[in-house]
Amino acid sequence: MFAVLFPIPNYGLITHFLVIFITQMRDPCPVVLCSPALYERAFDTFLQLAGALMVKLQDITHLLRVAAVFAVGLVLVLVFRSAFIPKSFGRYGHFRGDALAEITARPIVYAGHDTCEGCHPDTAETKSKGVHAHVNCESCHGPLAKHADDPTGIKPQLPGVAHLCIRCHSENIAKPQGFPQVNAKEHSGGQLCNTCHQPHSPGLVQGPRK
Amino acid sequence: MSLTRRQLLVLLPAAAAAWDFVLAGTPEAAPTYNSAEHWWGMLLDITKCIGCGSCVRACELENDVPDGYFRTWVERYHVPDFHIENPLVDSPDGGKEGFSPSEFTGGKNFFVPKFCNHCVDSPCTQVCPVGATFHTPDGVVLVDQNYCVGCRYCIQACPYGCRFFHPNKHVADKCTLCYHRITKGLTTVCCESCPTGARQLADLKNPNDPIHAFLKTHSVQVLKPHLATGAKNFYNGLDGSVR
Repeated sequence: MFAVLFPIPNYGLITHFLVIFITQMRDPCPVVLCSPALYERAFDTFLQLAGALMVKLQDITHLLRVAAVFAVGLVLVLVFRSAFIPKSFGRYGHFRGDALAEITARPIVYAGHDTCEGCHPDTAETKSKGVHAHVNCESCHGPLAKHADDPTGIKPQLPGVAHLCIRCHSENIAKPQGFPQVNAKEHSGGQLCNTCHQPHSPGLVQGPRK
Repeated sequence: MSLTRRQLLVLLPAAAAAWDFVLAGTPEAAPTYNSAEHWWGMLLDITKCIGCGSCVRACELENDVPDGYFRTWVERYHVPDFHIENPLVDSPDGGKEGFSPSEFTGGKNFFVPKFCNHCVDSPCTQVCPVGATFHTPDGVVLVDQNYCVGCRYCIQACPYGCRFFHPNKHVADKCTLCYHRITKGLTTVCCESCPTGARQLADLKNPNDPIHAFLKTHSVQVLKPHLATGAKNFYNGLDGSVR
């Protein structure tokens, strides 16, 4: 297969034809600059040199073959590269540029407190006066982007205070000193936190419910 | 001028298509976010972290993190007196449901929230053989999950243990610094849900960002600075025992 695609030149045959050609040229050669004997000798030297060159060419045939293989390989690599590497690869760096847009397009699940405060300014007002001013809405209420998109259709569930408050305010030696921590059982005796505390502004004591 | 029924039948759909094109109007304007104008990092204040696990829960919900795997997690450190080199660290379920009271009374105790440091010279990006993990122009390290071959080199390369192998997608997964949120002007979901402000997203290229004032007046440190990864999670009040 390879031999058909890339026939190796027969240098012996080429030399033969070359010699015949030059021999035919000798007799009618119009340029006689020296004696015929010298001319004969010079021509013989030329034939010897030409023959040596042909032999040398014969020796590098294997190199030409390797070069041909590399050339074919290079073409194949270029073809496969253009076929398999995504078009956007390398747009910003050594990665697929379209990936940025794909990752950016992920849906948002937590709407963000600015969105909440847009519709619930009263709660935001209450919250801004208490120690929970910097606790964002979804920190307790959970992800509400769906509710923000469809305020009437999807209603958020009220978080269970017993579990919720304790997660932050249960006593733990690893918590920073000064952070309000309680031992729930001792502190409330089993009552729910929002019996006395308003979650949005817990410093305001509501007074125990009867 | 008269129209045959045949001509009308050909013209009507063409007109409808043209009208549709007119109604569509100009395409939606390109997003105004310019990644060249930002350089994201985060400030983590250990003196404020209460180990409530809000960040872990929020991250799981926002980014669809599989159960038992964590893009962010909280560790509780107990550094016994006279044994600074041997801290006791626990992180039950990544701290997702908070921490039960410590069994220790003495020593030094604190929480350390951890997640991808979005290193400038990140080892994970350097080892990726296919260019599936990369640095964005605004300093976030991301994974192209459609291009990742799942070889796990990056997971081994990360000195902070911030990557995991997604059990369903079979590709590397990690914190994206909520790239889908920060490019829309929102903060990351861990910062959004942190009740004490222990986590604050910082845009280091924005001269008005409060981080610059904070960095001037506080002694902050990054994790494993000797590795020279260029980590961008700046910890305030970081103890030398933290690994």
